[in-house]
Amino acid sequence: MAVVPLCCAVRDLVHDGDVVALEGFTHLIPHAAGHELIRQGRRDLTLIRMTPDLVYDQLIGMGCARKLVFSWGGNPGVGSLHRLRDAVEHGWPAQLELEEHSHAGMAAAYAAGAANLPFGVLRGYRGGDLPARTRVATITCPFTGEALAAVPAHRPDVGIVHAQRADSDGNVQLWGILGVQKETVLASARSIVTVEEVVDELTPVPGATVLPSWVVDAVCVAPGGAHPSYAHGYYDRDNDFYVAWDEISREREGFRAWMERHVLGTTDVTEYHASLARTRERA
Amino acid sequence: MSEWTADEMMAVEASRRLRDGTVCFVGIGLPSLAANLARRTHAPGCVLVYESGTIGAKPTELPLSIGDGELAETADSVVSVPEMFAYWLQGGRIDVGFLGAAQIDRHGNLNSTVIGPYDAPKVRLPGGGGAPEIAIGVRDVFVMLRQSRRAFVSALDFTTSVGDKVRVVITDIGILEPVDGELALVALHPGCRVDEAREATGWELHVADDLRESDRPTEAELQALRSLRTKGAG
Repeated sequence: MAVVPLCCAVRDLVHDGDVVALEGFTHLIPHAAGHELIRQGRRDLTLIRMTPDLVYDQLIGMGCARKLVFSWGGNPGVGSLHRLRDAVEHGWPAQLELEEHSHAGMAAAYAAGAANLPFGVLRGYRGGDLPARTRVATITCPFTGEALAAVPAHRPDVGIVHAQRADSDGNVQLWGILGVQKETVLASARSIVTVEEVVDELTPVPGATVLPSWVVDAVCVAPGGAHPSYAHGYYDRDNDFYVAWDEISREREGFRAWMERHVLGTTDVTEYHASLARTRERA
Repeated sequence: MSEWTADEMMAVEASRRLRDGTVCFVGIGLPSLAANLARRTHAPGCVLVYESGTIGAKPTELPLSIGDGELAETADSVVSVPEMFAYWLQGGRIDVGFLGAAQIDRHGNLNSTVIGPYDAPKVRLPGGGGAPEIAIGVRDVFVMLRQSRRAFVSALDFTTSVGDKVRVVITDIGILEPVDGELALVALHPGCRVDEAREATGWELHVADDLRESDRPTEAELQALRSLRTKGAG
């Protein structure tokens, strides 16, 4: 593991056609890494994520994805993801294959992947129409005879998460709402962690988890790299941005123009934030 | 012109059904409003669990997302998402789960997945999220949904979650509860009429013999409700 620039980590570790999971459950969403995937023009990705909110709306709208594995695809507290809907309803910019699960199923699949098991088991997927549309099977408990749901483990080629900080050896520390980030890193063949900062020493924080450097392939400094999501202890969620995204993403042209200006027209997260600030000043 | 909005009436009715000590799984929007209202009025010990992993959250402002930082800062415990669904929900530790949807049928089955065929959707909705396992993992499911023919349908386009544990459906017109295996109108909100409820329902709606009128929201309830502000909404 080494602290490397994000562009190098994405270039070396993420390939066209890979199965990629960017996780962060409302908190610590790795937006800077998503933007770098878009800048480098990755194609045919299978994207896994419980809540493919704005970060996957952007990747899907920019044509990076072939397939989406997910459990809830909306703009939290706001409404639809227009680019995801356009892909599913109209095949724009490309057809998008869906593999849809429930949150509990996705969580079990990540946990199974982290544990190097072939499947996760849960009491779920009962009754409704989802089982006929997704990869789930029924297994019988060998001890009680109870029928349970089995979901195939998530084993991404690359897992990408954002965290508060790392030390110069690449040990990563994150706290607050932790979602499935640890499971994602441990379930993946390769992993990238973007961080707000690199510090000399990781001072203990209540409730924090540490990912030791030897389970992470690349640590990349990306201050503000979760925006418009947040990094607990560093900056708040940009709620106004989530509301504004509804309008930005509604039409194909407006979406493309926004992405060209703020993502394709910038080289890294610092320029991205400067670009957003310039637009705010003009408004 | 009534002195409260339909959303306020719904939040008040939902909040009244939560007791001190009730552990409830809360989503964003009306359920979050209702649970926070209960905590500020008659049920200060109501435990709010958000699926992002925050157990016992006590937000001072209503969150815009289920993962807002304030939920983590005020929670008794913050757990990972796999732990939330496995130990806490599947573990049988949640009393009440709130669900919403785009469609509901007479049995309380819900659709939040798709309008039209799954493979060629007219409207692709966000999907089930936590709903399929909330619907079977909690003791009681409370549904909050504005009543209309578009939402209250005779046949769902897709069954996202099953209605076995739906105990009450709180609408902007009244209250529906399962009676002999089918949702029936058991109460009307002040100023609402039975024919309104029938017109807004896509099946032949049964009306309970002892149809009640919901109690009007009290001054204290409305005051507490209006003091709750959504974060980022000014």
